[in-house]
Amino acid sequence: MTSATIAGPRDYLQTQMRWRWGEIAFWLATLLPFIVTPDYLLLASQVAIAALFVLSLDLILGFAGIVSLGHAAYFGIGAYTAGLISKWGWGEPLTGLLIAALAAGVFGYLTSFIVARFRHLPLIMITLGIGLLLQEAANSASWLTGGFDGLQGIRTWPIAGRFRFDLYGYTAYGYALAALFVIFLGARRLIHSPFGLALRGVRDNSQRMRAIGASTHSHIRTIYTIAAMIAGIAGAILAQSTETVSLEALGFQRSADVLVMLILGGTGRLYGGLLGAIVYMVARDQFSGLNPQYWYFWIGLLLIAVVVVLPNGLLGGLTLLTRRSKAAS
Amino acid sequence: MNESALAARGINKRFGSLVVAADVDLTLPPGARYALIGPNGAGKTTLINLMTGMLRPDAGQILLGGEDVTALAPEDRVRRGLARTYQINSLFPHLTALESVILAVCERRRVAQAWWRRLIAYREEIDEAHQILGALMLDAVCHRPARELAYGQQRLLEIALALASRPKVLLLDEPAAGVPRDESNELFAAIAGLSRDITVLFIEHDMELVFRFAARVIVMVGGSILVEGTPAEIAADPQVRAVYLGKTPRGLRNG
Repeated sequence: MTSATIAGPRDYLQTQMRWRWGEIAFWLATLLPFIVTPDYLLLASQVAIAALFVLSLDLILGFAGIVSLGHAAYFGIGAYTAGLISKWGWGEPLTGLLIAALAAGVFGYLTSFIVARFRHLPLIMITLGIGLLLQEAANSASWLTGGFDGLQGIRTWPIAGRFRFDLYGYTAYGYALAALFVIFLGARRLIHSPFGLALRGVRDNSQRMRAIGASTHSHIRTIYTIAAMIAGIAGAILAQSTETVSLEALGFQRSADVLVMLILGGTGRLYGGLLGAIVYMVARDQFSGLNPQYWYFWIGLLLIAVVVVLPNGLLGGLTLLTRRSKAAS
Repeated sequence: MNESALAARGINKRFGSLVVAADVDLTLPPGARYALIGPNGAGKTTLINLMTGMLRPDAGQILLGGEDVTALAPEDRVRRGLARTYQINSLFPHLTALESVILAVCERRRVAQAWWRRLIAYREEIDEAHQILGALMLDAVCHRPARELAYGQQRLLEIALALASRPKVLLLDEPAAGVPRDESNELFAAIAGLSRDITVLFIEHDMELVFRFAARVIVMVGGSILVEGTPAEIAADPQVRAVYLGKTPRGLRNG
């Protein structure tokens, strides 16, 4: 075989993982809120936290096909861990993030042994159960978590001794965005690695994975632990930037919301979840201003419309549009 | 024939009252080209499932290269050199042909857990996958998702996935099922061209293909092995004719 024909397959794979202009434009645009909408930086930081949380769900659902209705459990563990460390006197944010990631990762690893053994409906019930269990545990351990009143007394130190968390959200957004970008780079590397390919194999046909000698359980345990850590980091950023943690951090509503964001944006493409988080959070902000009680009505309508019309989510629809306009021109 | 690549010893399996394997003894010597035939429901696919670990026998042993693998999970048997294909395509629909085979190569080389290095850096794995596809004449379509391949190409990809695990023993469950006759000849030519280091057992209904490509034939009926012999012996066996309801199986005359 000549070297030319061997170079072929690698070239093609290379183009698959190359950075596209749209991606670069997207990340540059994430800096716009600093300049264009400085009044909305707190909202922007909430969006970035949600985006990070969605990213973690996309890694397990979009790439490995693990449906979860209890993903907020790991978000909540990260939030409470970061909050408690700060409350107990260590308010340094970066080490707080690492410890929160570790705590969420340990819980993720332990639960992954159950999660890896199931799929489909039983899996949804198990993840739902994990979420509910943890929520009630946090509720009853009110001496530790503050129960319904939430965790009070969190003081986050300035980042690197310099950037104080301000009322306008400059630091909060910068912090959340930096974390999102760094973790996104890691996730992007992961999905273009042999492991990323193996995850897609698990999603497509786990039976066949076993027939090519793959240990699907160990693949699932690994990605589930990684996703739990990322979710934990997202929760920790929320706790550090708002200096409070409520039970809602690990509630069922949050698990459902993150799933909705991912489905809205489109699964299995990283950017889909980010787009979903932006659309969902901005829509919630706008609709709840108009009609605070019934804003879920509109989200419900949007969700149904997207699933019916755009099976690959908003991002799938966008890709289709750009392809068509390119073909037309 | 003391030495065996794959052997079943006294395998029994029942689903409720239905006996699907009854005292099955089977020995594949290294480098064998064996065909497994029998009427529908004879337990041929079940036997493959039992040997590869997809099903657990109620009694009996599976020996791979003389080693008892009865307690091992399917993926562990694959790693020890026992691969299979499926009668009904079982592929990765959204992965391209090349990605699918790269994945199988990476799993064999134990690098599929590496998440910090880019796939593109695994040159040897990619080249090997491309060569496997080339040998099966799939290199021209290697960037198409498996679900978009023509049916015959999907059947070949089934074999490519199995070969990527570098099997010592390859069990092919009706590799040419649903493939038009002229293509199935090509497909079997590709199987016949496999290295003699690989021991092959295939299930096939087309007697012409069986007689052309198998050195020995095993006939299964009702969960047990009726008779084993050369194609000529099988063609002449009155028991085999009786099993096929007195009719001469398609192509048997040509044997």
